[in-house]
Amino acid sequence: MTDTIAERAARDLHRGEPLVEMDGVGKAYGAIRALEDVNLTVNAGEVTCVLGDNGAGKSTLIKIISGLHPHSEGTLRVDGTERHFGSPREALDTGIATVYQDLAVVGLMEVWRNFFLGSEIRKGRYPLAPLDIKAMREIADTELQKMGIHVKDINQPIGTLSGGQRQCVAIARAVYFGARVLILDEPTAALGVKQSGVVLKYTAAARDAGLGVVFITHNPHHAYMVGDHFVILKLGRRVLDKKRSEVTLEELTAEMAGGQELAELSHELKR
Amino acid sequence: MSSSVATQSSSQPSPPATGAPAAPPRQQRSLLSRVLARPEVGALAAAVAVFLFFYAAAPTFRSLPAASTYLYASATIGIVAVGVALLMIGGEFDLSAGVAVTTAALTAAMLCYQLSLNVWVGVVVSLVVALAIGFLNGWLVVRTGIPSFLVTLSTFFVLQGLNLGVTRLVTGAVATPNINQLDGFDSARAVFASDVDLGVITLNVTILWWALFVAVGTWVLLRTRVGNWIFASGGNEASARAVGVPVRKVKIGLFMAVGFLAWFLGMHLLMNFSTVQAGIGVGNEFVYIIAAVVGGALLTGGYGSAVGSALGALIFGMTTQGIVFAGWDPNWFRTFLGVMLLLAVMVNLYVKNYAARRK
Repeated sequence: MTDTIAERAARDLHRGEPLVEMDGVGKAYGAIRALEDVNLTVNAGEVTCVLGDNGAGKSTLIKIISGLHPHSEGTLRVDGTERHFGSPREALDTGIATVYQDLAVVGLMEVWRNFFLGSEIRKGRYPLAPLDIKAMREIADTELQKMGIHVKDINQPIGTLSGGQRQCVAIARAVYFGARVLILDEPTAALGVKQSGVVLKYTAAARDAGLGVVFITHNPHHAYMVGDHFVILKLGRRVLDKKRSEVTLEELTAEMAGGQELAELSHELKR
Repeated sequence: MSSSVATQSSSQPSPPATGAPAAPPRQQRSLLSRVLARPEVGALAAAVAVFLFFYAAAPTFRSLPAASTYLYASATIGIVAVGVALLMIGGEFDLSAGVAVTTAALTAAMLCYQLSLNVWVGVVVSLVVALAIGFLNGWLVVRTGIPSFLVTLSTFFVLQGLNLGVTRLVTGAVATPNINQLDGFDSARAVFASDVDLGVITLNVTILWWALFVAVGTWVLLRTRVGNWIFASGGNEASARAVGVPVRKVKIGLFMAVGFLAWFLGMHLLMNFSTVQAGIGVGNEFVYIIAAVVGGALLTGGYGSAVGSALGALIFGMTTQGIVFAGWDPNWFRTFLGVMLLLAVMVNLYVKNYAARRK
């Protein structure tokens, strides 16, 4: 499966080169500040993990990078050019693809339709040109086979696949369509141990192929398995920002669990 | 990483990997499984049942002229129902479709009569009006995020009031004057309301138009990119947006398609009767929705078919006419409708669960 990701990945990726740089980025929804002064760099060939509890601002961060909501403060640079995305399409066009936890696919649509959704192959350029269904079925079939995702029938609704398989189809799709930056939103949150393992392997494969990966999670164990750089958000602010060499799993877990707050709480609850 | 010598760009399909682990061979799902996964199955079974029922119960139902009659009744529902079905697959409702038909017909009739214009001018102007109503519905829905049920319910009341109020203001009555003496009426009638002799059977041209719209709707849904986008917009809007589907444009387009079909039916009614009652059309919005739902469209969006809406409309047409042919009290029709809808929703629920079950 790593073969395919490596084949697919864009040629111009050089490990360590910054792809996305966020500088002092913030977002306010009316009077509510969901995100404040966040600096984040996504390098090619590295996994940047963003950790945080519910309401920490993780989703807001993703929405800014993936073009769903524009940021209201700070600067967002992609490949050195300042950007202000108005729609997910604009983000996609710069090579930023997002795989959402439960929004990754349209459950009632066939596997191959999901694979090509938004980037359909057509037999002509005119409006209402027929789709090249045969080609799309074959490509989706081959790609998934090669990645070790075994679906019984490429025409079955994708809702009939397991959660892990759906995530993998979504990741495979993003990579196939030339993503340079892959944002994974809680890819393992709803999955069992085995399924999570499959998704983590894909994450590592994407990293090895030179893609910049943003891995959003609230599970420090999963993050530590693949991450090169860790950022912890709390109430919209950055509370930790360290390289893998500077932090241990225990430190991450403690910080995620609430650190000082948790120590106080456990003291209070002690009988 | 051993085979990462590939140099092709990401837009070209890659050659099949030779070193891939042996995968279990792909297998087609069983024929039954695939057939049952189609949205139209329930409606097809129901249509056959209704046909056989009236075939047995009413001897006059068996003749070809009777077929022409119930097909015509079906077409007057089915034309708009195609659009409504597509819209519902796209995840939205249109409660204003019934009165929009009347609005289109009234616009054309009054404009032409009052200004003594060629009928085709009214046809074109009313098309613009109908598309504008559709656009407004769609724009309000995507712009405000208010459920389309409420937006189009408002449009429904607004149009219903306008239909009556403006007609009363302009003509002093609740119906438009007869326009059959105006220039262009005959050619417009030929297009929208003539009878076509097919040798064995004489059909109203609307039936043929209906078949065309169903064919186009099916083609768009299953064979074009837009169709993919419609399913995705209704099935999972956020996901569709995230992969770059222009969900807003799709939805506005669908509302305009309903507007177009409402206009078409409005033109048919006008050319058929050459006058329009300002109060008609109320209640038909539900008939269109029921036809779509009976045809397998899910109320929650993302699933359904154009052919299904046609079968739904056909069930309707056969029942309204069948009751007459059988000489029964037509008041029972609504009861039948309710039972039919409930059954359809139950079948759809079952089918959806079947289709979504893990295999």
